[in-house]
Amino acid sequence: MIANFNIMPLIPELFLALTAMGFLIVGASQGNRSTAVLCWTSCLATAIAALLLLQVSWENQLSLNGMLVIDEFSGFFKLMILLGLATSLALSVDYLYKERIARFEYPVLVIMAGLGMMLMVSANNMLSLYMSLELQSLSLYVLAGIHRNSPKSAEAAIKYFVLGALSSGLILFGISLIYGFTGSIDFAVIRETLEQAETASPGITIGLAFLLAGLAFKISAVPFHMWTPDVYQGAPAPVTAFFAIVPKVAALGLLMRLLFYAFLPVSGEWMQIVYFLSAASMIVGAFAALAQDNIKRLMAYSSIGNMGYVLIGVVAGTTEGAGAVILYLLIYMIMTAGVFTVILCMRRQGLMAMQINDLAGLSKNSPVMAYAMAALMFSMSGIPPLAGFFGKFFIFLAGVKQGLIVLVVLGVLSSVVSAYYYLRIVKVMFFDPAADPFDRGMVLEKRLILLVSVLFVIGFILKPNLFVDSAMSAAKALLL
Amino acid sequence: MIMPPVLTIMIFLPVICALMITIIRGDKGDEEIVEKNVKHLSLFGSLFVLAFAVFMYANFDKTSSDFQFVEKVSWVSAAGVNYHLGVDGISIYFILLSVFLTPVCILASWNSVKTRIKEYMIAFLILESMMIGTFAALDTVLFYVFFEGVLIPMFLIIGIWGGPRRIYASFKFFLFTLLGSVLMLVALLSLYATTGSTDIPTLMHSTLDVEYQKWIWLAFFASFAVKMPMWPVHTWLPDAHVEAPTAGSVILAGVLLKMGGYGFLRFSLPMLPHASMYFAPLVLTLSVIAIIYASLVALVQDDMKKLIAYSSVAHMGFVTLGIFSFTQQGIEGAVFQMLSHGIISAALFLCVGVVYDRLHTREINRYGGLVKNMPNYAVVFMVFMLGSVGLPGTSGFVGEFLALVGAYQASTAFAALAATGLVLGAAYMLLLYRKVVFGPQKHKDAAAMEDLTAIEKLVLVPMALLVIYYGVFPSTVMDRVAPSTAALMTHYKMSHEPLGYNEAMLDTMPAAGENSEKRSGS
Repeated sequence: MIANFNIMPLIPELFLALTAMGFLIVGASQGNRSTAVLCWTSCLATAIAALLLLQVSWENQLSLNGMLVIDEFSGFFKLMILLGLATSLALSVDYLYKERIARFEYPVLVIMAGLGMMLMVSANNMLSLYMSLELQSLSLYVLAGIHRNSPKSAEAAIKYFVLGALSSGLILFGISLIYGFTGSIDFAVIRETLEQAETASPGITIGLAFLLAGLAFKISAVPFHMWTPDVYQGAPAPVTAFFAIVPKVAALGLLMRLLFYAFLPVSGEWMQIVYFLSAASMIVGAFAALAQDNIKRLMAYSSIGNMGYVLIGVVAGTTEGAGAVILYLLIYMIMTAGVFTVILCMRRQGLMAMQINDLAGLSKNSPVMAYAMAALMFSMSGIPPLAGFFGKFFIFLAGVKQGLIVLVVLGVLSSVVSAYYYLRIVKVMFFDPAADPFDRGMVLEKRLILLVSVLFVIGFILKPNLFVDSAMSAAKALLL
Repeated sequence: MIMPPVLTIMIFLPVICALMITIIRGDKGDEEIVEKNVKHLSLFGSLFVLAFAVFMYANFDKTSSDFQFVEKVSWVSAAGVNYHLGVDGISIYFILLSVFLTPVCILASWNSVKTRIKEYMIAFLILESMMIGTFAALDTVLFYVFFEGVLIPMFLIIGIWGGPRRIYASFKFFLFTLLGSVLMLVALLSLYATTGSTDIPTLMHSTLDVEYQKWIWLAFFASFAVKMPMWPVHTWLPDAHVEAPTAGSVILAGVLLKMGGYGFLRFSLPMLPHASMYFAPLVLTLSVIAIIYASLVALVQDDMKKLIAYSSVAHMGFVTLGIFSFTQQGIEGAVFQMLSHGIISAALFLCVGVVYDRLHTREINRYGGLVKNMPNYAVVFMVFMLGSVGLPGTSGFVGEFLALVGAYQASTAFAALAATGLVLGAAYMLLLYRKVVFGPQKHKDAAAMEDLTAIEKLVLVPMALLVIYYGVFPSTVMDRVAPSTAALMTHYKMSHEPLGYNEAMLDTMPAAGENSEKRSGS
């Protein structure tokens, strides 16, 4: 066997890895003084990585002896991940200093997690899948507990770690079964074996079910969602923002590569499972959020519901479905970044105010922020002409085209239910009597992120092709 | 002559005005000047749109049933969705209604809205552009975007500037309408998946499986019936009307309700003719229930706005009755009834707003004898009251009469039952008028109210003249509506022929406008 490293397309990942290691040395010698500088240089590093990514070829090719695959699909996801990394880093700096948790490990861990995610979407082998997933997860566990003096943060980290370890175990067990029944951990070989087999053996089905259960943990699909509200609530706000924006994008990228490539021949098997995950997530996400008072918990349930919608596109199992998923994730990511920017500004006398009612009368105190948040909320509930509508539109379209009418009707109905709690935020901001204003002074980077997010949400309608077409062409690369 | 893209200009002009309003700023102490500028900018902006609409109306070819002023640009190419606009003889009137009522609303709010004027005006301008878009869209997805986009400004209008129970009302309005709309979205997607097109003119000429049509029809019905609103999903309307500010009620009654009827004419009838036929008895029954039930409920209301809200439900019952009679008179009557109701109910809400601004109550018993201190008000109110009753010589008569003629051909029983609604309608409106305008002047504060101001006259008098004008010369409307409804009927009949339906009632009728003109003119 000829060794084929073909390391050139991995330049962005290598760059990020070296950066993270370099920063670790800088941090170790300079201490926590260097946190701000490291955060901003990390942002710069993600930007450079994105530039490098745009330079390397996105042609379909293998790397590291088939461990990783590089194509337009992985390229597009990596761009989204890098964008999310930069956004979350920029959102954190101010908070870290205000809460006195500005530890130099923070940017390093974020970059490490990002590196893991970038490898996840390129994984072409069960081994690289598991390695990259763990690189990401371990960094995230530590991030959830970065506020060491806060019991809530520690609790969140423990919960996340225990359940995350459980899901890793499930994934490993699934992988071992699949290896046992197909004789390989390479996606291409698995696919070939499955294609040649006349019927799927029960071992494959069970292994796939374990694998999916483990991944469902990572994207917090019902019934594997229990950790999400607690972790979202307990983790420091910028970490929650990071959790909400990026890891799910990567996990879905991984899930899609797995299902649409390696396990496409047994699509009948996984479609039922994903169908159930999707329906359950939409319903639980919609109804459980109704009773929430904490805005971070609300966003947790909202993200569960949104994963349900995304999975409709996966169940569809077509290029259109995959394209719809990518588009939805992009829109969702940008909206969530905007929402968390507002959440991070909810601070009174130096303390975070995380109840929904704390937003009361925001339209009087800071009208611009209130209108931005309202636009994001309407977009989240999928009301046209805002961007969120188009995400849902393509997802539902892909579902309807595959005859998944029941699932789609469930989806639209739960979107009506979820509209209620998004509207509740608008109501609190606009219709309720004003509470004390939040602390003044929104830092420049937050203004910028909020501006971009709202402009995207409102302006999407003017040039939808720009994003839709690139999402669709990325999906085509996956389902060649 | 090359036509400018009138529809696009009309849709985007209000948005541009709204953007300009956001940048109007002033130093501390300049608030009054800022408010004045905001009001003027929005008024002139909406008048400008009205001017474009009049230009479009003047250039409209009234002999043709084709879509005119068509614009078509690829929009979301991955789903084959086009930015496709155009008007025919039916939609042009709804657009005229929308652009006519927007400046009316802005004028009506001139002095009565005191808080957050900027946002208020922006909401109305955005609403205007959404309304125009809904009636001009010739692509299902584009239609849906505008149709549902209306919810956002209306939600804010009711919720921010509404009455004491505004939060409940705004949520009810939003969620009811959204629930109906999302089902329609599924139907639109399914239509696209089946036919491969989102183009309304193309879909109008596609033949669909009859069983399939029924499902799609029900999904459309969920949306349009809520929007109309039909009994029993009308309950959001009284709440929304009572809590909304005057101008919000005007738009709600004047335009938003018509989107349901327009939807039936644009989607259900031409695209799903067999399902429409199949479900017609259901719709007719619901219409008759709505007419009688809502009229009875209106009889016992103490709140003026609630009374008019229920009267709207009854009047919309005549619209669905006319549409689902599948006769040309019935459909023309429905269109006419929607236009006439758009003016009359809007004006009635303005009339309530006039006295509400002075006394801050809508309770009927708090008023009385207004004819003595507000004679001008009594006159214009009377015109609209009589129009709502359907007195010959007002626009209200023509629509209801034609709708009943159509219904009579479809079913004598339904027509007879619906006709009782006219009597009840006369009862509650006359009762309202008597209690408010005549009788003794029971309350001192009510007796001390001043007559109409210049702005109020400026708003109400043209509307009163329109009610009478269209009552006497309905043919000005009918001439343009007739070719489109005739085409609709021809298409409807053709789609039934291969299946063996051959209804005698579908014989071609002479243009109904001429007849009704003679009738009401004599």
